[in-house]
Amino acid sequence: MGLISFLKSKFKNKDKSVEEYSQGMEKSRANFSNRLETLSKKYRKVNEEYFDELEEILIESDIGVSLAVKTIERLLDESKKKKISDADQINELLVDILFEDYMSKGNDFHEIRFNENGPTVLLVVGVNGVGKTTTIAKLAKRYKDMNKKVLLVAADTFRAGAIEQLQTWANRLNIDIVTGSQNGDPASVAFDGMRRAKQTNADLVIVDTAGRLQTKQGLMDELGKINRVISKEIADAPHETFLIIDATTGQNGVSQAKAFSEVTKITGVVITKMDGTSKGGIILAIRDELSIPVRFIGLGEGLDHLKEFDLHKYLYGLCVK
Amino acid sequence: MAFESLTDKLSGIFKKLKGQARLTESNMDEMLKEIRVALLEADVNFKVVKEFINNVKEKAIGQDVLKQLNPSQMIVKIVHDELEQLLGSGENEINYQKNRPTVIMLVGLQGSGKTTTAGKLAYLMKNKLNKKVLLAACDVYRPAAIDQLEQIANDINVPVVNMGTNVSPVEISKAAYKKAFDDHFDVLIIDTAGRLQIDEQLMDELNHIKLSINPDEVLLLVDAMSGQDAVNVASAFNEKISLTGVVMSKLDGDARGGAALSVKHITNVPIKFSGIGEKIVDLDIFHADRMADRILGMGDVMTLVEKAQEEIDEKDAKKTVNKMMSGKFDLDDMLEQMKKVQKMGSLGGLLKLVPGMPKVSPEQLAHSEKEMKNFEIIINSMTKEERKNPAIFKYSRKIRVANGSGKTVADVNRVLKKFEQTKEMMKQMESYKKSGRMPPGFNGKFPGMF
Repeated sequence: MGLISFLKSKFKNKDKSVEEYSQGMEKSRANFSNRLETLSKKYRKVNEEYFDELEEILIESDIGVSLAVKTIERLLDESKKKKISDADQINELLVDILFEDYMSKGNDFHEIRFNENGPTVLLVVGVNGVGKTTTIAKLAKRYKDMNKKVLLVAADTFRAGAIEQLQTWANRLNIDIVTGSQNGDPASVAFDGMRRAKQTNADLVIVDTAGRLQTKQGLMDELGKINRVISKEIADAPHETFLIIDATTGQNGVSQAKAFSEVTKITGVVITKMDGTSKGGIILAIRDELSIPVRFIGLGEGLDHLKEFDLHKYLYGLCVK
Repeated sequence: MAFESLTDKLSGIFKKLKGQARLTESNMDEMLKEIRVALLEADVNFKVVKEFINNVKEKAIGQDVLKQLNPSQMIVKIVHDELEQLLGSGENEINYQKNRPTVIMLVGLQGSGKTTTAGKLAYLMKNKLNKKVLLAACDVYRPAAIDQLEQIANDINVPVVNMGTNVSPVEISKAAYKKAFDDHFDVLIIDTAGRLQIDEQLMDELNHIKLSINPDEVLLLVDAMSGQDAVNVASAFNEKISLTGVVMSKLDGDARGGAALSVKHITNVPIKFSGIGEKIVDLDIFHADRMADRILGMGDVMTLVEKAQEEIDEKDAKKTVNKMMSGKFDLDDMLEQMKKVQKMGSLGGLLKLVPGMPKVSPEQLAHSEKEMKNFEIIINSMTKEERKNPAIFKYSRKIRVANGSGKTVADVNRVLKKFEQTKEMMKQMESYKKSGRMPPGFNGKFPGMF
């Protein structure tokens, strides 16, 4: 049974979370699945042109040329082997391949893995404007609701208003926060944060960092320093480092993931702004090249709109009507 | 490698054509295929790529290869012209009003750089154009967005209309316009909240702001890192509130900014500014021709020169530029020039602009800085005569310098080779300067390209 039919049967009785996914990704999905549908109506039997068009649909979702080409080649191969020429079945096979590819790259896990002794430190990194601070607020709420004692650390001392932004969230959520001064040394804020975490026995420390383009060596070095300061204060920390990727990001996303991986150990990707029309295919390219799992997905502006990433649901949202 | 820059990619393609006597259907097809891939990897929308490729093909087939060009140069020329056309002519100046404030409204998705750009625009207009500028804080949704604008405005000493977060953006805009008019401001810049183009409520709000203050400019921020969807975003904003211009943000990263091509092509809205760094001065007028040059690996010499003039002191810069342009320089000059470039800071941004250095990754950056240190050590071990006239270098001299600097002969050769390349580059730059644009025929080569 192809993945789409599997998903259809699995989600026949839609639970709430599927609906939320489905709603959040409504716009992303519309284009993708409409095109697949139009395509399969246009061609009852597939030919070379059909595969070309499928490749374009994939490219349009930002998964990148090389992954698109690779996927279509495999699709051609397997459809020949399995003697499938029906358009709908080809589409199902395509989704199966995407699914398998992702799963073959390693483990797929989502929730923060908590350190058993002492505070768990989550470092949040990314380029400018991807939604780091907002995502932190959502994560803080998520784990506060699970009765974790959360501490925020405002180590973005560069962008004007960044400290105030995180402070506002801390107040709204009634969560402890460590801040430094504007244009101060972010590593020293991180240091203070680690000290406070140990003193107050925090369960989860979330460190906000300034947005930085991965090509700025000085800023990347600064991030390395923040990382080292954290490790020095708390053994094995940061336990998690999330790279935030904006769903509208094109192929530069892979360059981001590579560069950030060089200075920190990225343990997961969070994809934000999936409630827009972008398909966020770059997460599949990042997984393909660097095996980094997607941990959470931002499906809307509400605090509860950050969900565990679920490949089933993501592809369901993307590909199934 | 999948994620080389478009520049590298095209350089590679052109290289392949070297030595081929004629443009044939088959070698052109391969070029076009590779250009397609390169453009897609640069995030140009696939529909735009299709048209681009078709146009290039048509032009290439319909045209005789000019006598003085070889086939690869011909293709370069056609691709360049086509890219330049795609990036578009169009009015990229702001039209200032005389009897009332000029109103500029900034719109875009969340995180595209509106507030930062509002500050940069205000700075540019105030300091370079001597305008009296007023900012209006209309992002009442994102926490601390108003604080952010206030802090930026405070740094550059520009007043802000701040009515807090409990007043509607429409009311704030109206009040801001009244203040701008009454107090004889030249320019009013409205910073709006980020929004999805499919958020009908918020898009209606934008429309209300627009109707109530009738802005002269509605500028859409487009992130240089945007992917395929950029065209949908731009089209929707344009349909709803009729854009007058686009600002490309975050062009200082390593994204190729293919979205610029897509957005221009689909909406035909001119690109007016580009954000080229995090500092308040890092906003440049958008130059379509330069962008096309840059994409093709010509290097954006003019931007480099302008940036040099701004960041080094004026006299120093003129001296450097004159020397660079004169094509007459020696090893000492090269070293000095390398140091200057480094002094200008953000070497990453600059290196990208220098012809012959198309590929810049963080490792390479670190590497180039290390290389410069090595060069300095080696050049310092040379005699004055050798530095003035590197042509006299024979093996024995190389051995002496290598021993003196604790390096190898290969290292010394690298310095000399680099010198030759740089000299070649200077010649190119001079012809570039003289013609004011890409020289026809390119003198046979791009530095560092072939």
